[in-house]
Amino acid sequence: MAGQTDPHTSLFSPQEVEFMAEDELVEIVPNMNMEQLNFISGDFGRFIPQIPTKVPLWLAVALKRRGKCTFRPPGWMSVDNLTQILEAERESQSTFQALPFSYVEIARLLFDHARDDIPDMYMVRSLVEDIRDVRLHKLETNLGSFQGTSAVKISNVSAMEVNIVRPFVIRALEAFYKHDKPEADVDRDTRSSRQQREANNEPRRPLRQR
Amino acid sequence: MASNSEAGGSADYETLMSTSDVELLKRAWRNEKAAPEILQYEGALVDRAKEQIELVEETIEDYVENGIDPLVVSLYQMDLDRTQFLLRSYLRVRLLKIEKFMFHNLKSEEAERRLSEQEKVFATRCADDLAKHFEETVLLKLPENYQSVLKQSLISEVDDTVPQPHLDTFVVCRSKNFVSLSLYEEGESPETVEMERGDLYFIRYKIVKRAIESGQIDLI
Repeated sequence: MAGQTDPHTSLFSPQEVEFMAEDELVEIVPNMNMEQLNFISGDFGRFIPQIPTKVPLWLAVALKRRGKCTFRPPGWMSVDNLTQILEAERESQSTFQALPFSYVEIARLLFDHARDDIPDMYMVRSLVEDIRDVRLHKLETNLGSFQGTSAVKISNVSAMEVNIVRPFVIRALEAFYKHDKPEADVDRDTRSSRQQREANNEPRRPLRQR
Repeated sequence: MASNSEAGGSADYETLMSTSDVELLKRAWRNEKAAPEILQYEGALVDRAKEQIELVEETIEDYVENGIDPLVVSLYQMDLDRTQFLLRSYLRVRLLKIEKFMFHNLKSEEAERRLSEQEKVFATRCADDLAKHFEETVLLKLPENYQSVLKQSLISEVDDTVPQPHLDTFVVCRSKNFVSLSLYEEGESPETVEMERGDLYFIRYKIVKRAIESGQIDLI
């Protein structure tokens, strides 16, 4: 049934995250003529050979699979840019570089369907995978440094990455909050029991000294 | 385009497209999935979406009859499928929440206001069936004081066997504009958290609840 992902593994399945990413606009170059498409989700076209146009990712993939267009890879997917980003990611332990929110999904779909449209495809792919690894590793290590707060800012984390760490972070933050909040009551209880323990300690000492 | 402007560009695109019904439906679906309690039913949006879906279904039938290029037909079909998925999943997520918090939804006026008419009928019937089932299988065989579906025993002051949505859970959210929220509930220290447009936050649901209802913040 649609919409029935197990909430304990994650709120959104990876397919659902990809579904959301598929509405992102990408640039394609059609090789055929086609009238404007009046979709529920918007109007796209007209399609004229060799004239680039912007369409949602799902439409672009559909057209590409039928051989009706080629992709223009997005600007951020160049070898130079990605190398820069990878270095910056490796340098900083706590901040994330600005990448498109759905960069994982966009890159994945392009690699699967449009290899020939990406210059230096293998290089680009390995760079994206490295960036993903570094960022995920950074996320994991930063998770250990959470403190009990009610709000944690995570800048520049992408959709897929958020989805992966979400269940753990939520449980961790909930546990922190639960233990932080009723501090007043907990203190009162431990204080009274502590006093009792201290009272019990005193008479024991003279016994041991003998 | 450099990576920064690309990221900014897609955020602008979202604001542009936020007037489209599909985008609104996607937002409603996302929020509903991520929120621990049931949110306000978007009646007008659902009705509009249904109308558009029916219209496109008819159009597709026409196209097929008139022998329009099958490529075009299949593309329209894809767009239709995507919209239908959003609508269906949205309704199903709500049903799931209703089933999960059945008795609570019927008890609390605030929650009841958020259901559509059909959902209310479903919830009442569901609750009646479940109550009847519990009574027949277990409750009537317990001693008199413990026979209520809602309370553990007659001594309980509150309905303590009713599961309630866990509002203190954390959610991931993004703000559409600069917004400043009070971090603690009234009576406690008034710390605030300020969210710039586009920042992502893990935050307690209770804090952002009202901002989500007014549309300032999106759940991710």
